[in-house]
Amino acid sequence: MATIETTYRDALRLALTEAMREDDSVILIGEEVGVYGGAYGVTKAMIEEFGAHRVIDTPISEPAIVGAAVGAAMTGLRPVAELMYVDFVGMTMDQLANQAAKIRYMFGGQIGVPMVLRTQGGTGRSAGAQHSQSLEGYVMHTPGLRLAMPATVADAYHLLRQAMRQPDPVVFIEHKGLYTMKGEVDPDAPPAEWGRAAVLREGADLVIVSYSRQVHYALAAAERLASEGVEAAVVDLRTLNPLDFDTIRPMVEAAGRAMVVSEGVMTSGVAAELAARITEECFDFLEDPVLRVAGEDIPISVSPLLETNSVPTPDLIVDTVRKIGLGAAA
Amino acid sequence: MATSMTAPRPNTRLYDFYREMRRVRTFEERVGELFVRGQSAGSMLHLSIGEESAAVGVGAAMQAGDTFTTHHRGHGIFLARGAEPDRMMAEIAGKESGYCGGKGGSMHIADMSLGHLGANAIVGGGIPAVVGAGLSARNLGTGTVSVAFFGDGATGQGILYESLNMAALWQLPCLFVCINNQYGMGTRIDRATANPNLHERAAAFGLSARTVDGLSVEDVADAAEEMIADARAGRPGFLAIDCYRFFGHARKDKSPYRADGEEAAGRQKDPVSAARTKLIVSGLASVEALDALDKEIDAEMDGAIDFAVAGTEPPMAAMFRDVYAPGEPEPEPVSARLSRVLARD
Repeated sequence: MATIETTYRDALRLALTEAMREDDSVILIGEEVGVYGGAYGVTKAMIEEFGAHRVIDTPISEPAIVGAAVGAAMTGLRPVAELMYVDFVGMTMDQLANQAAKIRYMFGGQIGVPMVLRTQGGTGRSAGAQHSQSLEGYVMHTPGLRLAMPATVADAYHLLRQAMRQPDPVVFIEHKGLYTMKGEVDPDAPPAEWGRAAVLREGADLVIVSYSRQVHYALAAAERLASEGVEAAVVDLRTLNPLDFDTIRPMVEAAGRAMVVSEGVMTSGVAAELAARITEECFDFLEDPVLRVAGEDIPISVSPLLETNSVPTPDLIVDTVRKIGLGAAA
Repeated sequence: MATSMTAPRPNTRLYDFYREMRRVRTFEERVGELFVRGQSAGSMLHLSIGEESAAVGVGAAMQAGDTFTTHHRGHGIFLARGAEPDRMMAEIAGKESGYCGGKGGSMHIADMSLGHLGANAIVGGGIPAVVGAGLSARNLGTGTVSVAFFGDGATGQGILYESLNMAALWQLPCLFVCINNQYGMGTRIDRATANPNLHERAAAFGLSARTVDGLSVEDVADAAEEMIADARAGRPGFLAIDCYRFFGHARKDKSPYRADGEEAAGRQKDPVSAARTKLIVSGLASVEALDALDKEIDAEMDGAIDFAVAGTEPPMAAMFRDVYAPGEPEPEPVSARLSRVLARD
């Protein structure tokens, strides 16, 4: 297969479909993954090819969906469980954090839990406070869980394929605002290494570290900043666990300035962790405090105006850079 | 174990059940000695004394390859499924020679080779794993059954009902075994539910469900054999076993919440002494033969304590191991990270 143009959604489906064709032990399990085809259409028609024993529609029982995936993963299957919204992760937290994440360690390395929990989060559909959150911080806070958050069509395919080959549980958080995004992917091309960040734009003045949809906002902001004479690099982390600090460190040391951009809320969030690490590891090179641009510490509103401004926007990123004396205001 | 020279060894099912129940009881009685011998690990100890028929009766009905999860009071179940007392005791004491290298302990003991998918310290936490194991058995055609063991306390957890529903819906080879020892920690079952007929709940989901009296290990085993055969054929079940928790919730709990005389009465429901009495009265075994057996078991469990005490703690290097799979980078220790970031060129 050569390079194809497709959508984030279809790239995800391609990854799942190819994995299921290659390996009979791969199953999908979750609410509406089968007959309905997934709440966002990712698994559309897959039940027709693979049957109801491999594309398993469940009752609305998130804890047991994850718990069953844990048990299946321990006994020979490769489950890809789906949590329709990441907002429901609290329902599953025992199975995820106390079971999946700890089984290898508690049992002295006897066995792992090779499962993927696919879910999606983020704002953009006026879905309200319980269907719009970015809860990756909960996952990143739990040792034992891998965490992947694709920003591009190519990563929707390749990161998901890689996630399904991991020996440890992976939480794979898609962004609901990206499903219809178009892009290119070559399924046969060797993918970027799992756990390695991607430098999507070089820039000598500032390094913007982000992931998921905010990568696109950071790129848009960097374009505008360039017109103001500021060269901002943009790094897409791709996975938050593993976290690729080796890519970030020399870039920040060279630029002397760093910004982290995350849709998750500010306090005790992913952005806080990234900012702390950059500060610790690059302290001697920093000319300004690490800029933390993150979700406001509030619930998400249905009002599109309030919703849009509850999380970072390209405007906010640009304005923040100006506040340290770079760009138009300088 | 040395063979007794003084009495012939009876070859009956009840004798085997008695032996296994007596092993469970003695193991549990010995566990407390870890503290006496200065082994402070394993502060969370939950004994299954009084519940031996559930472990042994159901355990005997399972087959090689069958899998199971247990609650936090699961020593007896693991023993009944073939665990070595030495390695169990060492694990409880947090020693490297234990089943999980000393990282799991009493509440997180597991052994994949014996089908033990893990004990659990979250009430109900291990139940849905058997649904997943049932899916594996179905999809991979292994012919195995997966059994969830839990206490009456878990009937207050929603995850149980989600799991029962899925197992019934998909006709998975699962058996749910509720060991009803009448207490969720200090709360007696009649203070936790208006309907203590627990099997009725499972029946409502479409599982075959029943309650047996745990006083008779034979009755438990008969029920379990039938229900496991059904489960293997895709008819999952729920078996409640009535028994009585002889002691407190955990080591230091002296059960002040139990009325005077309740424990004495409850301890009359003793499956081990019931089996012993029946063996003797029915002429299946002599007192001498049973005494000799008891001595052998005492020696076996004393040996387990010695093995645990003699063991060493896991090395510090094990601390960062097994968070992720072998070959993956281990998490960086805090001290190493600080030394690195604070180093000035």
